[in-house]
Amino acid sequence: MKIQSIGVKKAITAILVLGLALALTACGNSSGAQTSAPPSDQAAPAQAGAQPLADEGAGGGADLIAGDKVRIGVFSDKPPFGYLDANGDSNGFDIYIAKRVAKDLLGDESRVEFVLVEPATRVEYLESDKVDIIFANFTVTDERKEKVDFALPYMKVALGVVSPEAAPINAVEDLKGKKLIVIKGTTAETYFTENHPDIELVKFDQISEAFQALKDGRGAGLSQDNTLLFAWARENAGFTVGVSALGRKDVIAPAVRKGNEKLLAWLNDELKKLGAEQFIHAAYEAELRPAYGDSIDPENVVIEGGETR
Amino acid sequence: MLSSGLRVFFEGRNMARLMAGLLVTLKIALISIAICFLAGLLAGLLMTSKRPAVRAAMRVYLESVRIVPVLVWLFLVFFGVTRAWGLNLSGELAAVLVFVFWGTAEMGDIVRGAIQSLPVHQRQSGMALGLTEAQIYRHVVAPQILRRLLPASINLATRMVKTTSLVVFVGVTEVVKTGQQIIEFSNSKNPAAAFWIYGLIFILYFLVCYPISLLSRRLEKVWAY
Repeated sequence: MKIQSIGVKKAITAILVLGLALALTACGNSSGAQTSAPPSDQAAPAQAGAQPLADEGAGGGADLIAGDKVRIGVFSDKPPFGYLDANGDSNGFDIYIAKRVAKDLLGDESRVEFVLVEPATRVEYLESDKVDIIFANFTVTDERKEKVDFALPYMKVALGVVSPEAAPINAVEDLKGKKLIVIKGTTAETYFTENHPDIELVKFDQISEAFQALKDGRGAGLSQDNTLLFAWARENAGFTVGVSALGRKDVIAPAVRKGNEKLLAWLNDELKKLGAEQFIHAAYEAELRPAYGDSIDPENVVIEGGETR
Repeated sequence: MLSSGLRVFFEGRNMARLMAGLLVTLKIALISIAICFLAGLLAGLLMTSKRPAVRAAMRVYLESVRIVPVLVWLFLVFFGVTRAWGLNLSGELAAVLVFVFWGTAEMGDIVRGAIQSLPVHQRQSGMALGLTEAQIYRHVVAPQILRRLLPASINLATRMVKTTSLVVFVGVTEVVKTGQQIIEFSNSKNPAAAFWIYGLIFILYFLVCYPISLLSRRLEKVWAY
């Protein structure tokens, strides 16, 4: 009896191990199909062969990254900064700048792989070296500085609170005893947790969920970066940004993995170069003005060459 | 207003993208379900082992799956493995690994429950007839527990299909995330987009999960004793 039962168990263990091994190899093969890069990247393998030649004329940044494409983390559902259009291609203010950075780094705009990230996973993607640069509306904070290296900023931001016009929140005091919607891992969550612990927060993982919750009346207001809220309130009738600048005036910058000094230095030089030709203003005109309209002064949003005035 | 929102499906490649997202959902869910149902049968046997050490090990495994949320496991496998060993798993592989790890534990516990719900005299009768341990499982235990574990395992399967919406956090764009991307892009011109997109996702999930329930009902009849 005993001997047989051991035999059965050995067989079981063997099958378990075999099954897991099979599963591993099977999935490993199929996973190659998963890429979030835009269709234009399909031409890339052909270019990879000609890479040494192409790099001569380009920014010569090929030695700064591991692969033959620069992996840039961007948002996929945060218009007008980073979103997928109807064809599934990445677009927006961040992407406009990121494409130019990729072009200057590797000599070709198509040698970029956009990796779609969530607010809460941006630091993790950098720390585990799954992207080279994060270009996803990344607000510079002291806490994040301990984990990633920020380059020069390209945008200014403060927190805002958007609320229904029928019951507007015009000051933080209006939130007493009410629920405020925030998104996990954002500066809004940190600000209200630290400075207004008496306000009850309703937290969501994803941006789209949070806005939907506001529409469904699951909170009196929603706090996020004011730049995003201006655009959203303009698109959604019946909502107003009652509190437009709260907390510290923060800046938004691309970030690289902690200690990646070469890429950081290159990125800073690049942003200064772009500042000299007023490229961020061009990006504003192309991507943000259509969303904000003329009510907002670009100088309140754009930073050229990393210089905050 | 509401019906004009339907146009969201026909703009650009929106419909193709939603279907591609559904395929990702299906792929991760079905591969995971298939593996963990088989592995779960074996895990269940180990959970009813006569050796205390084996039972204790399985207990630790089950509890660690229960206590730690699936989302945390996804982060651990996708980011943690890369950080610890420099091994860069794709998001889909990480998702399947976590789902199998989770599903096997739960399936094992379902199997354990089914085995232990068998009256002890069934097994004793087998022993009295001189059947070996393996023969008892094959001819006495297996036919009876298969039917008993059907309802709970179907619940597990549909739960796994729906939990695939978490894989967006490891960079995999499945059907719900695709829908949200389309909603956020279309929102300004088409405020009704959310209604239609979520409506379609509702129907798609139903179309995936309903056949699973039908299959289980059929099997319950086939395996009736």
